Amino acid sequence: MKTDRLGHWLAILIGMLYFLVPLAATFEFSLRKLRGVYSFEAYRIVLADPQFQSSFTFSIGLAVVTIVFGMAIIVPMAYFVELRLRKLRPFIEFVTLLPLVVPAIVIVFGYLRLYNSSSVLPLTNSSLGTNFLLTCGYVTLALPYMYRSIETGLRSIDVRTLTEAAESLGASSATIIWRVILPNIRSAMLSGAFLTFAIVIGEFTFASLLNRPAFGPYLQLIGANRAYEPAALAVMAFMITWACMGIIQVISRNAVAARH
Amino acid sequence: MVSNVSPASLPRPRVPWAVVGVTPFMIFAVLFLILPTLFLVVGAFQANDGGFTLANLGKLWTPTILSSYWISIKVSVASAVIGAAIGAFIAYAAVSGGLPRWIRPTIMTFSGVASQFAGVPLAFAFLATLGRQGLVTLFLSSLFGINIYSQGFNLLSFWGLTLTYLYFQIPLMVLIVTPAIEGLRKEWREAATILGASTWQYWRHIAGPVLLPSFLGATLLLFANSFGAIATAYALTGSSLNIVTILLYAQIRGDVLHDQNLGYAIAFGMIVITGLSNLCYILLRVRSERWLK
Repeated sequence: MKTDRLGHWLAILIGMLYFLVPLAATFEFSLRKLRGVYSFEAYRIVLADPQFQSSFTFSIGLAVVTIVFGMAIIVPMAYFVELRLRKLRPFIEFVTLLPLVVPAIVIVFGYLRLYNSSSVLPLTNSSLGTNFLLTCGYVTLALPYMYRSIETGLRSIDVRTLTEAAESLGASSATIIWRVILPNIRSAMLSGAFLTFAIVIGEFTFASLLNRPAFGPYLQLIGANRAYEPAALAVMAFMITWACMGIIQVISRNAVAARH
Repeated sequence: MVSNVSPASLPRPRVPWAVVGVTPFMIFAVLFLILPTLFLVVGAFQANDGGFTLANLGKLWTPTILSSYWISIKVSVASAVIGAAIGAFIAYAAVSGGLPRWIRPTIMTFSGVASQFAGVPLAFAFLATLGRQGLVTLFLSSLFGINIYSQGFNLLSFWGLTLTYLYFQIPLMVLIVTPAIEGLRKEWREAATILGASTWQYWRHIAGPVLLPSFLGATLLLFANSFGAIATAYALTGSSLNIVTILLYAQIRGDVLHDQNLGYAIAFGMIVITGLSNLCYILLRVRSERWLK
């Protein structure tokens, strides 16, 4: 048993090293901007770059719209499928797993062919239309994760009893979703929302091929032209991902604690 | 809302509300997921005049395109198999006990973060680590006098990309396989030990066969995960490493192959490969759920 434990420690240790060394290296690299001394110069340059500010705000806006739009179509669907349309479930399972099967680059290729300027629905003609297309792309990317977390949330509460109780008090379907179901699956929705945020914020493929000034293409551009700024950006991106995942942990821990 | 709702009017017409609630999602799924995919799949079998043809798929059999598929498959297989093996080992070490209690939640949180840390920033991180001026590169050459680049290592290569992909593949494996490892009951081990089984026999005849479907399934998921990835590779290597996603990216950007339908065929080939691996994953998952309730 003793050697067993040694092996376990070794596995964990090597794993930890593999994940911490690149982080440490990236941080160290990001401080090397000025010759001979460690400084936060690279961060200062990045943060002062107007293109950074505009692309970052653009992507935050996109992430928020994606979350709201995604939730608005997924929550009612998941609720009614759970409550009344169970025979749709296999189809829904298939559709929500599809984005894991069809790579993002293939989906966006399809968009460019279906919604280009000479098509029936020329969404790429205006920047508003293209932004909408990009949002739709991000909803498909986030779909497996959003649906999974909402479905888990719905299964952990008794949808049928809650609905019948609300109906017997005279509530309409919309009222039930808004005032009974939503408050009960809030933590599941928040988890889905933050995961979506982490996915959308630095996404490259969709934004680049649809030619939108998002954070992902900006990162790529800086990476191709600068030496130390990319490392600073990577550190920031990692902190954003870390914050999103940390918040999800806190939310789900609170949800579990609230249930007991 | 209409206010004619009273307990007396039950049962109200129920189906319409449910249909109204599901419709927006259905329209969305058809317009932005199913139609775009179908369009490419159909296009892959269409000649320029719109007639049916297999010529587009035939044109995939050129050295450039075949080699790009091949490199993609190699990187995906290598990062999936290595990632699955290491990930499973770490998950087992974290789950099976003997270590302090804080280890497990820490590993899980960290895996959650690292599995999402992909795309362009991941490429930056590895350039800062193993690039020519990276910390580890400099460290090795100043401390041990080993210049990994003159030893033949290159971050912008098959192994470089595989090593980079492992950064999200290993934690993803930890996340997927942990529930399966947790499903191994203590009683099975105890029963096996009482009946005189050695550790090897326990793994060979009990734990191994129970875990195998989950393990293989997770490996396939990792494969599909890296097969469709592009951002990391593109930021890391530009277009110097000819993987199939980068080829398709270039094709979409500038129609480098000068053939619209050939682009569809490349996309179709990718769907077939990721589709097959996902199908096997689902079949294996169904199998593994028989044991792990």
